[in-house]
Amino acid sequence: MKLTKLLLAAAVAAISTAPLMAETVKVGVIGPFSGPFSGSFGEPFRQGVETYVAMNGQPTDDIEVEFIYRDLQAPDPGRARALAQELVARDGVQYLAGFVFTPNAIAAAGISAQAKIPTVIFNASASAVVSQSPYYVRTSNTLPQVSVPTAQNALEKGYRTVVTAVSDYGPGVDAETSFVKAFEAGGGEVLETIRMPLSTTDFGPYLQSIQLQEPDALFVFLPYGPPTYSFVNAYRNNGLDDAGIAFVGTSETQEVDLQSLGEAAIGLETGYFYSAAHESPENEAFKEKLAELFPDAEPNPATVSAFDGTHALYEMIRATEGQPDPDAAIAAISGASWESPRGPITIDAETRDIIQNVYIRVVEQEENGRLVNREIKTYEAQPDYGVQD
Amino acid sequence: MLSLIASILIDGISYGLVLFMVSVGLTVTLGLMRFVNLAHGTFAMVGGYAAATFVTALGLPYVLALILAAAVAGIIAFGLEIALVRRVYARPELDQVLLTIGLVFMGIALSGMIFGNSLVPIRLPEFLRGSTDLGFRSMPTQRFVPLVLGLLSLAGIWLLFERTRFGVKLRATVDNPRAAGELGINTRRVYAAAFAIGAALAGLGGVAGAELLPVEPYYPLKYLVLFLAVVAVGGPGNMAGSFVAAILLGTVETAGKYLAPEFATIALYALMLIVLSWRPEGLFQRSSKT
Repeated sequence: MKLTKLLLAAAVAAISTAPLMAETVKVGVIGPFSGPFSGSFGEPFRQGVETYVAMNGQPTDDIEVEFIYRDLQAPDPGRARALAQELVARDGVQYLAGFVFTPNAIAAAGISAQAKIPTVIFNASASAVVSQSPYYVRTSNTLPQVSVPTAQNALEKGYRTVVTAVSDYGPGVDAETSFVKAFEAGGGEVLETIRMPLSTTDFGPYLQSIQLQEPDALFVFLPYGPPTYSFVNAYRNNGLDDAGIAFVGTSETQEVDLQSLGEAAIGLETGYFYSAAHESPENEAFKEKLAELFPDAEPNPATVSAFDGTHALYEMIRATEGQPDPDAAIAAISGASWESPRGPITIDAETRDIIQNVYIRVVEQEENGRLVNREIKTYEAQPDYGVQD
Repeated sequence: MLSLIASILIDGISYGLVLFMVSVGLTVTLGLMRFVNLAHGTFAMVGGYAAATFVTALGLPYVLALILAAAVAGIIAFGLEIALVRRVYARPELDQVLLTIGLVFMGIALSGMIFGNSLVPIRLPEFLRGSTDLGFRSMPTQRFVPLVLGLLSLAGIWLLFERTRFGVKLRATVDNPRAAGELGINTRRVYAAAFAIGAALAGLGGVAGAELLPVEPYYPLKYLVLFLAVVAVGGPGNMAGSFVAAILLGTVETAGKYLAPEFATIALYALMLIVLSWRPEGLFQRSSKT
């Protein structure tokens, strides 16, 4: 009896003094970490993740998160699937994250569904993405989500006629479709829908022929970087602003491109989900940490999507105490709400897609010469309008 | 209708001049020197970055920055020619392709490291911003830069290659390097100079075309087909041919944009297909080649 007690005591002592073995949870992040899209997506992804980790430490004292980054430069469904499989089977990741391009996210959905890997989508913004796997969660946005309020705002500003000009690829077509639908439903008239080939470098002719139709406004959707730069300059230099044709956009003035757009961008009005100029303590703290870790980085929508995506991962890891329990993880994040640097956000309990404010912003120049997206109007708690029909 | 045709012509020619400016350097290196120079865009990009740095960081006037940018591209090309490029002139074309595509990838990685992966704008001076009123419509003022530079380089290159001793030496060297060498021409120096001139013109084009083809690390790869299209359609080695080809391609693509927006890019490639099936050597074959 005495001996058993002694042994027990010794055993308890041994357990409690044994060094705590930290549980490692691996997260595979797939994105364009090199190549033409690294500046607007890959780098912001990594910066968002690392900023969140630097601000919040590890999920709990005895769980350590390890992020494994895998480079996927372009839309390449086969490679996306192979990378996801490799991360799950060989590296033993419990979670996946990232994905810039919709085709890649859709291709990896089979792996997520079959292996039951909770996956946080950091960008891919076609409506259909999240429904592809019961373990998909999205922390970026969908195209209808930002296009519909943008159309409503155009109507409220009194624009009655509009011409749409979008790049001829999936996201452009989605943006056009949802904008046209919302604009016509509100009584507006769409004079023409122009789809411009992705390789277009000279936008002048499009803008000249739009000018001849004298619409109240021009709705645009273009990929980040060079096309946006050329288009915005062409909009100014072909005199559409002087002709009174308003520019209506969404992601065109995102922070990673904004400074390089220069003076041509001043006054442009866009509807989108994150502005670096959003006034909140959460955004200030986020920007401060980001600037400390990455002095050259711009706080970009993609950075915030990855930042919030990391929050979602942490919530799931905490709820499951680091153990692989995909259903409990997804249950924990479904319906969750928190205050993001962009404002209040919720993961829809049914669709696992994001519900968030869409802000109408206008580009202003600050005293130090930097351009900012000043928020002037808020459309609160916008869902993904794409799945409602 | 008349104003539509006028618009197509104005936009087409001004776009064609941009195409001519960004590929004029290639007509020298690929056309005249017959060196398969896929790194042409790299030198255009170097020029663009140099001009952006001169204007933004050093505050130099635009025109001076333009000239210095061409000089920087030329000097870098001169160094590369001595170190690498001259070793492959006599080798098969595949070796030239491999070397220059290697230069392209090195250029992408280096410029991404130095200038970041986003595009770098070249700030325009006040007098080149905004639009110019042509009476019945307006046109971006910046388009006068490729217009003026395009005509100047066309004239300059013609004078240099057809009317100077250097031009005679270069044509002799290209047509028969051995005979040229035996006649006392320093063929190595002629080649190095011609390559540097081609790169300097590329640099000039990179700056002049930057409003449409903004400077960023992937520039050399993204627009490679465009450069090659102009030179191939015009007929390699023929400066006037490249000029006509650029205007033609620009006008056809622009007409496509006005008349059938979704097929505009196809119009350009369709024209290329037709011209090259009809005349594989390009619109204007170089007569002296026989």
